[in-house]
Amino acid sequence: MSVPRYWREIPERSRLEASKCATCGNVIYPNRARCAKCGSDSIEPYRLPERGKLLTFTVVRNPPRGFEKMAPFVLGIIELEDGSRLMTQITDVMPGEVTIGMPLEAVLRKVSEDGDSGIIEYAIKFRPTF
Amino acid sequence: MRRVAILSYGLTKVEKHWRKSLRELFGDAAKEALKETKIPGLDALIVGNMCASDLSDQNNIGALLADHLGIIPSTAYRVEAACGSGGAAVLAAYASVASGMYNFVMTGGVEKLTDGVGGETTRSLGKAADAEYELFFGSSFVSLNALIMNHYMHVYHVSREAFADLAVLMHKNGARNPYAQLPFEITRETVLNSEKIADPITLYDCAPVGDGAAAIIMCPLEDAPKYSDNFVEISGVAGATDTINISSRSDLLSLNSTVVAADKAYKMAKVTPADIDVAEIHDTFTITGALSIEDLGFSEKGKFNKLLSDGAFEPGGVVTINPSGGLKSRGHPVGATGSYQVAEVTMQLMGRAGRMQVPNAEAGLTQNIGGSGSSTYVAILRRAR
Repeated sequence: MSVPRYWREIPERSRLEASKCATCGNVIYPNRARCAKCGSDSIEPYRLPERGKLLTFTVVRNPPRGFEKMAPFVLGIIELEDGSRLMTQITDVMPGEVTIGMPLEAVLRKVSEDGDSGIIEYAIKFRPTF
Repeated sequence: MRRVAILSYGLTKVEKHWRKSLRELFGDAAKEALKETKIPGLDALIVGNMCASDLSDQNNIGALLADHLGIIPSTAYRVEAACGSGGAAVLAAYASVASGMYNFVMTGGVEKLTDGVGGETTRSLGKAADAEYELFFGSSFVSLNALIMNHYMHVYHVSREAFADLAVLMHKNGARNPYAQLPFEITRETVLNSEKIADPITLYDCAPVGDGAAAIIMCPLEDAPKYSDNFVEISGVAGATDTINISSRSDLLSLNSTVVAADKAYKMAKVTPADIDVAEIHDTFTITGALSIEDLGFSEKGKFNKLLSDGAFEPGGVVTINPSGGLKSRGHPVGATGSYQVAEVTMQLMGRAGRMQVPNAEAGLTQNIGGSGSSTYVAILRRAR
């Protein structure tokens, strides 16, 4: 992955910087040009909550290229405290201990690395709240 | 708008065609379609394909295939909507004939997945999802659908076995299809005991990787009797989209692009789900098949398993689902799958489906999905002879 391509997504993927429709209040993540609910292009910055609960998950046993060392790992869709959702990895927990509905919190973690000389990519994952 | 007919079709068996290139595969399907009709020539070729840029180092597929088929200087271009490319190409071809722009159009699809080496194919297929917000985190096409399947089982309390039973039915049907990649029967245990890919999805919940090509020739319905004595009308066709990122959907358990496209196509054809005798639906994974059955209006939400165990979807049931064996057994030559579906339903309505034939089929439906429901193309076909 090129450095600019990784760098330009840092606000969204590493700081959960989303947006909110100024007209209808719809939370938009990832960011979009217009609100899908009301069609408004009046969009304001908004930070997603860092806590939520697990809506659904899967244990990836046959990983895509670049993720072999991590397998088996858990992917989940998290329902955040404001009702919005995102998908990321569930970390700091054994796959067998993950349950639907478990409370989770955001944490910055390494996602992957581009071989020996490429960049190391970080982003927000979620872990169980202790 | 003019009414549009399908005059003929051609398809190859779905399999690992080691000896055939992208152009040769499509050539085989196209020659078969051309042989079946007496049209004076082709005005345009509109072809679906997803992975050629990645796996065959080839873009400009329209010109490549027009050249191979000897139909230059006809208009020719490729349509790409991931696994929905074939269905999108059918829609584009329909619109170009209905509008009066062209009289004779060949649509179709071709996919050459087995030229990918060492994970290239999985990676290429994964590109149907959101690269920055899904693939970035190590997800694949399988794991995204596994998230949906786990949620379905949790919300509707439907057992994992119910999904296995859908795969069993697909293989039972596909065993009668001479074009199927996996033409053999399986049991519930085959599915449950197969390799785990992304929980709860196991290998036999998934469509196989294979190569294939299908071609279809269309013309205005009023001219069809001049060129063929057995043809089919496309009475409804529609496409719709949904968020590319599955976590952005308010309801993970409904393929809204399918709901919307089906509703439009039913209205255009002036039919309801109850009028459909045979349907070729997009079961990339068993969960995709289940959601599709429900969102096309063949079952209430959360209850596909009840009708499945009653035999409603078997040949002779309420609506025959995937007599070809579907993506699960016929196979899933990605950008060609939508074209296969239309060719297969045409075959049914022409009464030429051999051991797959649904008796007295009058109306049929095809549903072709791109990505994890981010686009859907639905067509409704009617017997015209």
